[in-house]
Amino acid sequence: MLDIAGKPLLDIRNLKIGATVYPPGERPRDVTLVHGVSLTVEKGKVLGLIGESGAGKSTIGLASMAYGRGGVRITGGEVFVNGRDILKGGTAGLRALRGREVTYVSQSAAASFNPAKRLMEQVIESCLTHGVMPKAEAEKRAVTLFRKLGLPNPETFGDRYPHQVSGGQLQRAMTAMALCPKPDLVVFDEPTTALDVTTQIDVLMAIKEAIRDTGVAALYITHDLAVVAQVSDDIMVLRNGKTVEWGTTDQIINAPREPYTQALVSVRSHEHPEKPPAAEPVLTVEAVTARYRSVPIDVLKNVSVEIAPGRTLAVVGESGSGKSTLARAITGLLPPTRGRIRFAGRQLSNDLAGRTKDDLREMQMIYQMADVAMNPRQTVGTIIGRPLEFYFGLRGAERDKRVQELLDQIEMGKGFADRYPAELSGGQKQRVCIARSLAAKPKLIICDEVTSALDPLVAEGILKLLLDLQAQENVAYLFITHDLATVRAIADSIAVMYKGEVVRYGPKSDVLAPPFDNYTDLLLSSVPEMRLGWLEEVIAHRKMESAGN
Amino acid sequence: MHPIVRLVLQRVGLGLVLLLAVSVLIFLGTEALPGDVAQAILGQSATPESLANLREQLGLNVPATTRYFNWLWGILHGDLGTSLTNGSDIAADIGKRLGNTLFLAFWAAVIAVPLAIGLGLVAVRYRNRWPDRLISGMTLATISLPEFVVGYIVMYLLTVKVQLFSPIATISDGMTLGEKLYTIALPVLVLVLVVLAHMMRMTRAAILNVMQSAYIETAELKGLRPFKIIARHAFPNAIAPVVNVVMLNLAYLVVGVVVVEVVFVYPGMGQYLVDHVSKRDVPVVQACGLIFAAVYIGLNILADVISILANPRLRHPK
Repeated sequence: MLDIAGKPLLDIRNLKIGATVYPPGERPRDVTLVHGVSLTVEKGKVLGLIGESGAGKSTIGLASMAYGRGGVRITGGEVFVNGRDILKGGTAGLRALRGREVTYVSQSAAASFNPAKRLMEQVIESCLTHGVMPKAEAEKRAVTLFRKLGLPNPETFGDRYPHQVSGGQLQRAMTAMALCPKPDLVVFDEPTTALDVTTQIDVLMAIKEAIRDTGVAALYITHDLAVVAQVSDDIMVLRNGKTVEWGTTDQIINAPREPYTQALVSVRSHEHPEKPPAAEPVLTVEAVTARYRSVPIDVLKNVSVEIAPGRTLAVVGESGSGKSTLARAITGLLPPTRGRIRFAGRQLSNDLAGRTKDDLREMQMIYQMADVAMNPRQTVGTIIGRPLEFYFGLRGAERDKRVQELLDQIEMGKGFADRYPAELSGGQKQRVCIARSLAAKPKLIICDEVTSALDPLVAEGILKLLLDLQAQENVAYLFITHDLATVRAIADSIAVMYKGEVVRYGPKSDVLAPPFDNYTDLLLSSVPEMRLGWLEEVIAHRKMESAGN
Repeated sequence: MHPIVRLVLQRVGLGLVLLLAVSVLIFLGTEALPGDVAQAILGQSATPESLANLREQLGLNVPATTRYFNWLWGILHGDLGTSLTNGSDIAADIGKRLGNTLFLAFWAAVIAVPLAIGLGLVAVRYRNRWPDRLISGMTLATISLPEFVVGYIVMYLLTVKVQLFSPIATISDGMTLGEKLYTIALPVLVLVLVVLAHMMRMTRAAILNVMQSAYIETAELKGLRPFKIIARHAFPNAIAPVVNVVMLNLAYLVVGVVVVEVVFVYPGMGQYLVDHVSKRDVPVVQACGLIFAAVYIGLNILADVISILANPRLRHPK
């Protein structure tokens, strides 16, 4: 669908984007982030941009508003919006474009709203700034959009402050903010990535309907192919700032041409065969109840689970379900108010102070954010060597030898011991954290969302490494995650948590097989599937069920 | 009870406790000085008999704790005692002096605070460009010079070179407000120059910190003008740190302007205090100390309360 002049709405030609990087200990140098990407979006169409982090998808999205984050700048090419080259319009021309013709929805709506202002004021701000419509009319339009996006109490929703509404609601409010000034193009930058699957599905449907009803065109940026398959007409696959493949959604999903696209499409199909149950559990959590001092509510209610040596228990649930609190209770960081924890055949003190050095050594943790879990001023060798010194008193050459063994185990060869965390990629950082926990020779490793911050292909590599290490060391994992694909790939048994309780627990094959309880059914059916029309099916199915009830 | 009310009451309560502790310190401090008031009045050559008599007369023989509580009780009833050197009522003397000091501080603050914040906003708008460098450079220069030097430079320029003002800023009751303002113009100017830099730089730093936030990017992507982004989106989130520095400077305007008062012969608290310190007039020093402490604590509580009120999370709980 071309407009009268026969030109597409957004026409990016041979776009080149660069930045200056400041590597530690080296001279600053210029790098190229996007190497000559061209794309077009026609009126009312949705183009999905997909790729791993570093692929340049967000950078391209922001370039359609001629905006560069930090030191990022557009170094070449042309960006036409409505037939005008916006790179030649000057700052006044850009101000007229931003928030009027092109608007933006970011990944973290929670951070993108000004905490000091009411939502309504922020939602209608672009309308007023650009004189699109008078205030009363803008407020009316905002309320209509709130209703369309399924926000609670649309009439009064705008009176609230950002901290008074949930993350999923803020993401919808940001969509309303982007649609309010009647733009021609909306850039959606990972709008559902930070949400729970159960929330994601609602926001996704709301965004899709809003796009359809307003006839707006969109760039939809995400790393999740299954998500983008639900909302876009076309998909462009990017890697390292270059176009890998560009085609219709149907072609990319069902007949990918390039090997890289094929790898992306198949990454979710990995499944780990369940191991037979072992005799004696290494960890037994008995009826544990816990609460934080400041909140008079039990965050964990009567939780009982156990893990056998060399097995993996996956704990799944949405944010706030108590998954991480369970880890804190087991490690003694949050002493349970009731219940007992048995570990390696002995009774553990509920309190951290009452545990022996061996208790601490045999239970290690790996976190989601590998880069903040390491001291940025220590080398990899020092980081991995620390537990060797602390628990086993290894020094000098002996310690260095063991560090190298551990590095070999995590498939990072020589030379890494002298590097600093800032010089490693996200996946390498997480590997170093794994090596550090392994250095203590633990019986149990608690993995708290360890692959959530990683790209799918990198995450797959980490999961494979964890499984290999489990086979070698017979270590048990308590694997906390909100991602059911990860659960399928690693778990032997599963505990589904909801509002602090374990609602379903057992071997993987039992938990993932019907009949389901209501919550597990909701959780499982919310995981995006990589096929066209999945979103509509699920929504229709749910509507039918709720009508039937 | 609304959490804000509770927090504010808590702060005020803590302030009162702090003030009580300060009063103990002031009393102990003057108590620990070598010699006592009687010795100070009569001098080194006093006979033991006359000393004993005077101590009796002044009530210095009673235990220190009793004297402290008597002193405190008096203060709570508005009685600050009598001056040793001229026997006048301290409360009456201080009342007038404090009024003058507050008058000077008020006008300095009325000019300096909006000016500092405004310059801070401008510096952020043109950060690392010439307006920013000019503002930062000028304010740094005025804060780096001791205030009496600034005072004499201003005096030289505006009373000797260009004869606009009088170098003596002595105000009296008979003057109209206009006359008074004209008279204090020079000390106000000096005080403004002295306190400007600190507040301006803090405003700049606090806003620059906020400018890193994702919601500033949102505002930019709405096509807002840079100054509007700074004033409407960044500043409201930088109020807490700015207010704290503003209050510290206001406190300085009340309790720290001795030198400027002396330079311009202004009849304020500072000069009064210095005069009586040199005469070892202990009750006056104690009273001044307590009032300064009260001003300091009061303004800091005010800063705390404003910071609390500026936080929408506390103002509008879930």
